[in-house]
Amino acid sequence: MKLVGNQKVLRKEGVAKVTGYASYIDDIKMQDMIYGTTIRSTIARGRISAIHFNSKMDWSEFTIVTADDIPGKNAVTLIELDQPFLAKENINHYDEPILLLAHPDRYTLEAAKKFIKIEYDLLPPLFNIDHSVEKKEIIWGDNNVFKCFEIKKGDPSLVWNKAAHIIEGSFETGAQEQLYIENNGMIAVASADKGVTVWGSMQCPYYIHKGLMPLFNLPADQIRVIQTETGGGFGGKEEYPTMLAGHAALLALKSGKPVKMIYSRSEDMAVTTKRHPSQTKIKTAHDKNGKLLAMEIDFTIDGGAYLTLSPVVLSRGTIHAPGPYYCQNTLVRSKAVATNHPPHGAFRGFGAPQSIFALERHLDIAAKKIGITPIEIRKRNFLKKGQTTATGQLIKEDIALDKILDQALKKINYSKKKKQNDKQKGPLLNGVGFATFMHGAGFTGSGEKYLASIVGLRGTSDGKIEVLAGSTEIGQGTNTIFSQIVADKLNLNFEDITVAQPDTANVPNSGPTVASRTCMVVGGLLSTCSEVFRQTLMDSTLLKKKHTKSQFKKAITQYIKKMGEIKVFTEYKQPPGIEWDDKNYRGEAYATYAWAAYAADVTIDLRTYETTVNDFVAVQEVGKVIHPTLAAGQIEGGIAQGIGYAIYEKVVYKDGQVKNNQMTNYIMPTSLDVPPIRVFFIEKNKNHGPFGAKGIGELPMDGPGPAILNAMDDALKNTKKLPLTEIPLLPEDLHGVLEGTPL
Amino acid sequence: MKEVKINCTLNGKKTSLQAYPMERLLDTLRNQQGLTGTKEGCGEGECGACSVFIDDQLVNSCLVPSLQAQEKKITTIEGLSQNGKKLTKIQKAFLKYGGAQCGICTPGMIMAATELLKRKKNPNKQDIMEALSGNLCRCTGYMKIFESVLKALKMSNT
Repeated sequence: MKLVGNQKVLRKEGVAKVTGYASYIDDIKMQDMIYGTTIRSTIARGRISAIHFNSKMDWSEFTIVTADDIPGKNAVTLIELDQPFLAKENINHYDEPILLLAHPDRYTLEAAKKFIKIEYDLLPPLFNIDHSVEKKEIIWGDNNVFKCFEIKKGDPSLVWNKAAHIIEGSFETGAQEQLYIENNGMIAVASADKGVTVWGSMQCPYYIHKGLMPLFNLPADQIRVIQTETGGGFGGKEEYPTMLAGHAALLALKSGKPVKMIYSRSEDMAVTTKRHPSQTKIKTAHDKNGKLLAMEIDFTIDGGAYLTLSPVVLSRGTIHAPGPYYCQNTLVRSKAVATNHPPHGAFRGFGAPQSIFALERHLDIAAKKIGITPIEIRKRNFLKKGQTTATGQLIKEDIALDKILDQALKKINYSKKKKQNDKQKGPLLNGVGFATFMHGAGFTGSGEKYLASIVGLRGTSDGKIEVLAGSTEIGQGTNTIFSQIVADKLNLNFEDITVAQPDTANVPNSGPTVASRTCMVVGGLLSTCSEVFRQTLMDSTLLKKKHTKSQFKKAITQYIKKMGEIKVFTEYKQPPGIEWDDKNYRGEAYATYAWAAYAADVTIDLRTYETTVNDFVAVQEVGKVIHPTLAAGQIEGGIAQGIGYAIYEKVVYKDGQVKNNQMTNYIMPTSLDVPPIRVFFIEKNKNHGPFGAKGIGELPMDGPGPAILNAMDDALKNTKKLPLTEIPLLPEDLHGVLEGTPL
Repeated sequence: MKEVKINCTLNGKKTSLQAYPMERLLDTLRNQQGLTGTKEGCGEGECGACSVFIDDQLVNSCLVPSLQAQEKKITTIEGLSQNGKKLTKIQKAFLKYGGAQCGICTPGMIMAATELLKRKKNPNKQDIMEALSGNLCRCTGYMKIFESVLKALKMSNT
């Protein structure tokens, strides 16, 4: 039985999950374990002037860690070293960590927080992108700018006075919480002679490994990071867990005991990274038929108080900003700026949902002004094989976006619904809308080359194979697809493959579990590594070229008997022909792209300003689908998050503090809020990845925002208050747009 | 306040819990009884990850004082499968049809689906959507969960 493409393959760790026996970090207890918590700033910007410990509390029972207890460098290792693990003097955002406390009793620990008082000298904070750009205060570097990019193709300035139509627009998107159902958590053990070990919920064990070395000033082999079953990530457990692992380990080192730190939901929602809010200004020039002659896009994101991963998020948002369209003259300028919000960070889509929202909304607006349909404006501009993207990347595959779009329109019954909706008067108004887009798989440009990911395969004495990779299972199906790929490649059974728990002492660094890269890039490496494994057995003469399953398994057993161990590794090598100029942002931005058209059918109730999504269609070309059920599950889940992003989920900040840090008042879609989500895969262009698989994890986050807003705009087409240019658009926001006053 | 003795039937076994009367049933089950299949997602009754049965009623154990377990029958996710030995048809369907992804909401979701099927022999999709609306899932978009419950209806009990 072929396993790749077979939906009958069961999720590798599925039984443990459906029976409740899968072990997440909060399910683990250790002997003498104590609990840790974090004391945080209650201002957004200023300096610490005094810290008081009230003498009514017996502090001798507590372990207290301050910045002065840090043995190494007090900086979270990411792109820059600007963010401290613990603030010593300067405060740059609300809820910034200042002190760590640990105690054997959780309730006493919680109660003790009230007995610490911190005094500050206040400084004026910045909470707004425009104020940051205008340098009302300088809060980071010498101009508040974390990073800028520019992509230039042709010269838009030569086109403006020749164009039949020039359309300008400006768009905004809000922050969004990842809202994995398992909060962030870690357990750490540390000692001066044995080093540091942490267990926890995470996407990227080697990011944490890299971050703990300088914090403790210890060599690589003295730091060990182990991933426990992880209850969702979506980017929210990409960079932040390094901070929490550091905190738990600092308390463990000082107390000499295992320390568990589990965030409550309210702490997790208040302090961990969220999707970057954005502003986009777009100016396009078109000929009389709507063909794009020039595009000028200014894309700005709010990075929050520290740089974290903002430059990389900005990069992806910038490259995706011109969409899947061909335009000879394109200029994209982008900026990530500092504010005194808690740092924003990785979230599924990584900048692309923001810039794609702006462009897809803009094209609908432009079509209306030009007097053509949203379908026409896109079909006249879709990228085709042989054309180049804004970065100058030559499209070598037959994309057929027009066919992808046609299928989505047909499935949502677009033209019939359009006609029906023409006659409606309210108060229930229906609308249909869609978005077309692409998502690049894997790291941008030369990213994969620099990562140089490594995977391994180890034979076991019972003739099975263990996958060795730092890539994490976070619900998306890593364990299952890795097993399918290796088993098929070696003609073994699914049960013959096991996947090692990600543990930096046992698995190589296969790169972070991000960027829709796990299946395509790491799965591809495992496919190659499988060949190496077989070749090793054949070279040893224990395996003949033609062999059966049982001969293969027997050869593994014999090899181990004779030589002690069979373990092979494969390192990523960039395929020839991929050129990327990081300075000028020219060349092959991504090895390949997934292409998609998403369509939404909505109803707006003018009495309550509520929007309901009635039907959602997602058509995508993703190369080979490795596991149809898991892949559809990825798309459906991403779309539900995208629906939330569009009409339900709003992060409310007041003076830099997240005010709705509860599931009660931050509303993610429930089972009653989701429409039927209908997913269709087109399997072609199978030139990349294992068995031809492209990345799919982030793609579904890109389309729902603009598709739903385009449908809402369609429903409201007879009002004069349009266009809709912002997400999220909750009932109170829509009331504001339509009635001129926010509720 | 002192800990009290609470007698109950836990997953079919006579058990006596030792807990503060107002201690959350969630904590008593997890910390004292080691039944960690019941998860905490929000601690305020919004997400349903901590769903258990008291007698046959579905409750959020993060909102239930342990004292309420007195003389009651408590069932957790571990109890459904006889401690992992035999999957119920709902568990089998979740496994087969993609109802579980990261798995953290899964125990609660399966408890809620089990309660629905006890209450209603042939629920339709709307019944399922309503019955699961107190259980949040961030991974699946719910489609595969609905499908799992619908498919479970057609599976035999063996």
